[in-house]
Amino acid sequence: MPAPATLVNRLLDLAAQHYGRPRETLTPDADLFKSLGIDSFQALDLLSRLEEAFSCEIPDYELQGVTTFAGLAEIIARRA
Amino acid sequence: MSHTHSALSATKLRPEAVHPNGHQHLGGLLLDATLQFRDLTALIEMDRKKQRSRWTFDEVRTHALRLARRFETWGYGPGDRLAILMTNQPAWLVTAFAAFLRGMVLVPLDWKLTAEEQAALLRHAKPKALLVEAHHWPKLVTAAASELRPSGASALQTPLGQGLPEGLRPIVTEWTGPVPMGEQGPTIERWEEASDGVAPTIETRRRDDLACIVYSSGTGGRPKGCMLTHDNYLSQLAALMALFPTTPNDRFFSVLPTNHAIDFLSGFIGPMATGAIVVHQRTLRPEFLLDTLRTQRITQMAVVPMLLEAFERALDEQLDKARPWQKKALSVLTQVNQLLTDKKPNHGLSKTLMKPVHEGFGGHLKLLFAGGAFVDERRAKRFYDLGIPVVIGYGLTECTTVATVQDLAPFRADTVGRAVAGVEIRIDAANDDGIGEVWIRGKTVMKGYLDDPDLTAETLIPAADGGLPWLKTGDLGRLDAARHLILVGRKKNMIVTAGGKNVYPEDLEVAFSSVGAEDLAIFAENYVWGAPPKVATEGGAALTHERLVVVARGGDFAVLKKKIVEANKRQPEARRVHAIVKAPAPFPRTASMKVKREELARVLAQRVERGAIEGI
Repeated sequence: MPAPATLVNRLLDLAAQHYGRPRETLTPDADLFKSLGIDSFQALDLLSRLEEAFSCEIPDYELQGVTTFAGLAEIIARRA
Repeated sequence: MSHTHSALSATKLRPEAVHPNGHQHLGGLLLDATLQFRDLTALIEMDRKKQRSRWTFDEVRTHALRLARRFETWGYGPGDRLAILMTNQPAWLVTAFAAFLRGMVLVPLDWKLTAEEQAALLRHAKPKALLVEAHHWPKLVTAAASELRPSGASALQTPLGQGLPEGLRPIVTEWTGPVPMGEQGPTIERWEEASDGVAPTIETRRRDDLACIVYSSGTGGRPKGCMLTHDNYLSQLAALMALFPTTPNDRFFSVLPTNHAIDFLSGFIGPMATGAIVVHQRTLRPEFLLDTLRTQRITQMAVVPMLLEAFERALDEQLDKARPWQKKALSVLTQVNQLLTDKKPNHGLSKTLMKPVHEGFGGHLKLLFAGGAFVDERRAKRFYDLGIPVVIGYGLTECTTVATVQDLAPFRADTVGRAVAGVEIRIDAANDDGIGEVWIRGKTVMKGYLDDPDLTAETLIPAADGGLPWLKTGDLGRLDAARHLILVGRKKNMIVTAGGKNVYPEDLEVAFSSVGAEDLAIFAENYVWGAPPKVATEGGAALTHERLVVVARGGDFAVLKKKIVEANKRQPEARRVHAIVKAPAPFPRTASMKVKREELARVLAQRVERGAIEGI
């Protein structure tokens, strides 16, 4: 079940802001780790930020197997 | 009289460690340890800032015996394999203990691999049962089945459980779904369920029997299942206990994956044998790790260099917040501490002097163990100066983890330490600088690779003196006058990053496929140009630091270089290279156009000055 576009956009805004990347370089289907230039350990940092923004709890293991922003948005949609 | 009295109460407060020398197998050692430490706390599990569970040694034993009984009723006994695929938590340790009580062989798998890779390793190891977390089991089932499915076939046409070893029994923790899962799915055993209440038959093992099969590389290619015996583990434990003794007053923070030998010993067998507490945390986010360090009064922890880096960032943030006069005082204190503890670590003194910094790391840390990769010398020194010694070690799964380690007498961050008791190191075919391949032998060296006699024969070399065989490590290094081992790089192409990951250059080179180079390869600097010259550590350059260098040629080199720098920036940090150099000639290649790496490295060493390498 894909996440609503508004949620995906908000996620992209937050990610760009958090890691200081230009917003226009991030797209829903791009590789999250590659486009942010981070590894999975550094991505854990973003989870706390997302939990705050979307008022939900995202356990670390949810990142396993996630590759795109759209994929991460689906998880948030399921948990928010 | 008062003397006798205090000695007695001290005994009561701190029961003696259970020493591995008197034991034949891990099951016996762990059973004795739980009987020795009884109502003391064995395990604490944190979930963010909340305590999720706390286990005494008695409770660990009770649960393990119950689980061992269930294994027995399922017909599992000596030699039968049990795989574990789970993040660090009490259920991991309790289940491993139960398996050892039944004489079973443990197959700990890396939860960080993809589900497809995990399924492939399960097919290779053929375990009878698998301990797995509820959230992971469905992913594994889907991945295993999809791999075998003919293209075009739908998921519904492939029965669940296909692609996994036949008859594999999943033992799932925290499972809330139906049992069995789906119509065709394998029946799930809930980990939490009780046994029939009968005491299990405890199986004894000999030292030479297999304890674990640990995969030392899971990504791509040939699975390397290291067969480790009870003797391997008990010998390693004896060496580590002598160097770094722990007591029931210690609390070890287990964050490196327990499937790796390093945490298996330092975060499971070691603390259990000595009555120390193991603390788990369900998240690896640095903010919660730092919080647990403080609230759980952690005294020891093992880290990979990347985690040490995250801790240093936290340290800097803390220092940034300090007032100017505090910073000044801290700098003076650091220097005083340096002078006072240069020869011998004085934890108490350092702790008093550096109180504010210590408190940022919980205030109770005595030691940080760092291994698994090249540790930044400057960073290790910085923590040491702040009163938190970083113990650097080196080893391979093939030799049960630690072959050499620092003993802090004196503190040195420029080497990976000396061979531990019972381990012999030799430098094979050393060149004029004394650099050659590191060979290891001793009672910690594995029996061989599971179902791979060819690879075993290539790796374990019979000794000319008729003694134990030598383990070829593939690492290059030299021994200094004090017989400290100094590593310079990998013999083959494989490179170990600061994050503890094994990097395959062929894999990294793919990222640069679009830059338009005629020839492009990635090497570890020290592999091609040898050990780095002794440089001042200012600016972060460390002797043990390994730079990844892109060697390239084609068209206008300035344009090419720019494109390579750009492509590099788009890579995740762990996959980035650090430097670039122009290749002097077209690469030597095989008939099938594959680059002859060893020959190319020789050409580079001869024709390219080290000084020509530019950092990017």
